[in-house]
Amino acid sequence: MSAIRDRYDLAVIGAGPAGLAAATTAAGLGLDTALFDEQPAPGGQIYRAITETPLGERSVLGEDYWHGTTLVEPFRQSGAQYVPGATVWSVTREGEIGVSVAGAARLLRARHVILATGALERPFPIPGWTLPGVMTCGAAQILLKSSGLVAKGKVVLAGSGPLLWLIAAQYLRAGAEIAALLDTTPAANWTAALPHLPCFLASSYLAKGLTLIREVRRRIPVIGRVMSLAAIGRERVEGVAYRAFGDSERRIPADTLLLHQGVVPNINLSSAIGCAHRWDAAQLCFRPEVDDWGMSSLDGIAIAGDGAGISGALAAEQRGHLAGLDAARRLDKLDEEARDRAAAPHAAALARAERGRRFLDLLYRPAEGFRLPAPETLACRCEEVTARQVLDAIALGVQGPNQLKSFLRCGMGPCQGRLCGLTITELIAKARGLSPDVVGYYRLRPPVKPITLAELAALPHGEAAEKAVVRG
Amino acid sequence: MFRRASEAGARVSLSVDGTPIAASAGDSVAAALLAAGITVCRTTPVSGAPRAPYCMMGICFECLVTIDGVGSRQACLTRVRDGMRVETQQGKREAGR
Repeated sequence: MSAIRDRYDLAVIGAGPAGLAAATTAAGLGLDTALFDEQPAPGGQIYRAITETPLGERSVLGEDYWHGTTLVEPFRQSGAQYVPGATVWSVTREGEIGVSVAGAARLLRARHVILATGALERPFPIPGWTLPGVMTCGAAQILLKSSGLVAKGKVVLAGSGPLLWLIAAQYLRAGAEIAALLDTTPAANWTAALPHLPCFLASSYLAKGLTLIREVRRRIPVIGRVMSLAAIGRERVEGVAYRAFGDSERRIPADTLLLHQGVVPNINLSSAIGCAHRWDAAQLCFRPEVDDWGMSSLDGIAIAGDGAGISGALAAEQRGHLAGLDAARRLDKLDEEARDRAAAPHAAALARAERGRRFLDLLYRPAEGFRLPAPETLACRCEEVTARQVLDAIALGVQGPNQLKSFLRCGMGPCQGRLCGLTITELIAKARGLSPDVVGYYRLRPPVKPITLAELAALPHGEAAEKAVVRG
Repeated sequence: MFRRASEAGARVSLSVDGTPIAASAGDSVAAALLAAGITVCRTTPVSGAPRAPYCMMGICFECLVTIDGVGSRQACLTRVRDGMRVETQQGKREAGR
């Protein structure tokens, strides 16, 4: 790896489909580009370990996964500098980037920044969700892709959404023993989703989705319309209690419980920079406001891929290309006409990739009962704050998530609100009868990832900074 | 508990709380712990409850461990290295660590 320099035309953050495509396109047009990624190898989460997975048998992960290889080679040829194992902990409006690589922090500047920080799994606060043995479906997939690891013993999958069925199929192909799939998709979602069925029928998702669901249903019990869930166990998960519509509570033994109810944009960095965000009522999450090229509300900061709103890996790739083209236009490597000409095929591919998305969003919209936890359930895992404590604080007059911090510390633990932010906003919105947009989100500040004081102290500092702290 | 569906790269040896475990060269520390049957990597500073890797992608911070003497490292974002010393983090935060 060549040394990190002090200045670049373009910094791309995140090496998933959006980041790889953005960096490839921009570098190909002559921008001096660096791509920073937290992982040791390119691919993001969707194509995690695509260049080095120990799973030789292609059919386990499926062909959609292997599409990732088509992104890596062009990126490597593009001339963009690749910086793996790099944690970006700060980006300012002026394009100053704070990054740590192998325990050493440094600051650099870029004239333009494309955030491609992707998605994270929506919080799934059920009783017992902090027990060892309970993980997200995404976590199981990452272990499978990057280390070839499969959960031993009885596995229960619970939740809703395409990824739930995908990991079920991948796990079955890898020889896992799945005791049951508990589907929490509310039956009423069909009513909302049906008007969007024609678009979905014309999309590529339909055939793939049906094949996947058939493959899973043939081999394991699928329990639909699950209304409540709890992980049972003392020191680790031992079973799952659930209740399906019209049925009494049942329990099944489990060594591993995998949870999933969709993904939401990872907004910690875009929010800390100060980009404008708004509540997306269909996807039930906050997303940054961006134009068709991914430009945020701030000059010099663009956002590409799922980090700007969920639309999946194929769309993210095209959104990356579009953001890369626009970066080249803004930094005078292309005029507007040339940008638009080059963008046309990507815009068309994006429209194809987004077709049917609305149907999926509405069908797999998670039930309120799984977004707003029961009173004794932990809403904030880090500081161990229950929903009841949150509701009690609201009853005392707490107005929003930031004031709540001084009462309960929720959102102030190491995850910086990533696993409780949406839950807290929705709990307050519901209790106060307001829209989540009005309630707002945690005020996020850099560093968005922890760095050691030693790293901060070792950063170069100017005369003014020294005068501010040195006496005499 | 996890098992390997395919035998991966070179073997790497590290220690966890002083006990040697074997891992595969491409593993993250969190993956290596799970593969070795170590399911609890820390207890919480608030109630002392056991926690284990939850997201495996650097966002949940449940997999914090001490690596080669540096506390609260994200095990899922750190690759194993031969001779690495990993310690699980037990109980409340201690000053000076």
